[in-house]
Amino acid sequence: MKYIEDIGSYFMMLGKVFSSPTKTSVLKELIFKEINDLIIGSLGIVAFISFFVGGVIAIQTALNMDNPLIPDYLVGFATRQSVILEFAPTFMSIIMAGKVGSFITSSIGSMRVTEQIDALEVMGINSLNYLVFPKIVALLFYPFVIAISMFLGILGGWVAGVYGGFTSSASFVQGLQEEFIPFHIVYAFLKTMIFAFILATVPSWQGYYMKGGALEVGKASTNSFVWTSVLIILSNYIVTQLLLSS
Amino acid sequence: MIKIENIKKSFGDEEILKGITTTFEKGKTNLIIGQSGSGKTVMLKCLIGLFQPEEGRIYYEDKAIQDMNDDEQRTLREEIGMLFQGGALFDSMNIEDNVMFPLRMFSSQKKSEMLTRVNEVLKRVNLENVNKKFPAEISGGMQKRVSIARAIVNNPKYLFCDEPNSGLDPRTATVIDNLIQEITHEYNITTIVVTHDMNSVMEIGENIVLLKNGLLVWQGTKEDIFKTDNEDVTKFVYSSDLFKKIRDIQISEQ
Repeated sequence: MKYIEDIGSYFMMLGKVFSSPTKTSVLKELIFKEINDLIIGSLGIVAFISFFVGGVIAIQTALNMDNPLIPDYLVGFATRQSVILEFAPTFMSIIMAGKVGSFITSSIGSMRVTEQIDALEVMGINSLNYLVFPKIVALLFYPFVIAISMFLGILGGWVAGVYGGFTSSASFVQGLQEEFIPFHIVYAFLKTMIFAFILATVPSWQGYYMKGGALEVGKASTNSFVWTSVLIILSNYIVTQLLLSS
Repeated sequence: MIKIENIKKSFGDEEILKGITTTFEKGKTNLIIGQSGSGKTVMLKCLIGLFQPEEGRIYYEDKAIQDMNDDEQRTLREEIGMLFQGGALFDSMNIEDNVMFPLRMFSSQKKSEMLTRVNEVLKRVNLENVNKKFPAEISGGMQKRVSIARAIVNNPKYLFCDEPNSGLDPRTATVIDNLIQEITHEYNITTIVVTHDMNSVMEIGENIVLLKNGLLVWQGTKEDIFKTDNEDVTKFVYSSDLFKKIRDIQISEQ
């Protein structure tokens, strides 16, 4: 019963987010601030993780190829497929659920605890539109983060593969080009957009409707990470089933 | 003027407000007093629309809030200033931006005009040279004054204050009380203050409403409060050690 109520309150929140818009000039500033906090502020950690995980994928693939019949270019091929199809869009989004999601929940939750959201409502401002809508717009730029993650993941794989002595540069690049299906890029960015929406709205919902004090803000942040991750994994399964299994 | 008629509010099975009817007058500091759990804050939140009462009507001037459409309610809220218990200043904004916030949201003034108005109200609450500081960098009393400045910057018709003295030392509390009363008279607005502080009652209580267990049990002025033989008033007033001692001294002198 509680879950049904939660789902209902999430969708009711979405309805309110898109109604009674905030003054355009104020909204513009809020959107730029959110782009800075959520997108630009995440680039460092995304770059770091992507580069090294890409490297690990290449090394692991190379080390597990003990059959001489398997071509050398498989290292590049496996790195490309792993990074583009799953690592960059899905697992980077789960990492972002921890970074961006917790930030969103704790910042909105703190505003709830300190009556700042009540202050907005009393002033006649649609607090959901003011707080959540700019985050949704900012996360429209999330695919750029994932594109950077894809690039750096593959670059990391190339560096680890070539400079680690596991494969040659030519073989790695051949693997990157082998059996390339452009639709996989469409699939990856399509699910990235879905994850971006989940990343913006689920943590906001957790923060906005939390009750209690500082301790509950922490609990809401944890719940936010759990729910965002679960929804990302579930939607990943559904989208993959719908788009790739034909 | 704000008039409420028979408002009732429950949370689950617990009835917090059990049918309250009263009038809060314009140009006066109206106080809602009572012990913790008596329903003061719930009543205030019903008045400002954060809670919807299950029964009863709330009139702003002659129009009931329940009869207003969305636009009318939004306009009404633009006419409301609110001082929250903790100040409720926006942490991420400096003092200037906090006070300017209602103007940015609702007025079409130029930034220079807004800034002039912000400096004017900050001066009115005796705060200068704090424009670029953040709420965390100033004292609790100063935060309350900034909150008052934000509440009055848009020339509201109604000012609501939720326990404005909580967490303040007696001297700063008196400064805040006096400021609220001066602003009420100066702007000729309807002010409603929720408090359980007897000092505030004696300082600024021009129309006092005493709540007990969700019911209005007494209404009068600060002058009336020591004359009445209402048992609930007596219990509330003399729950303060200070007032108990003053009474004992007066009795012994007689």
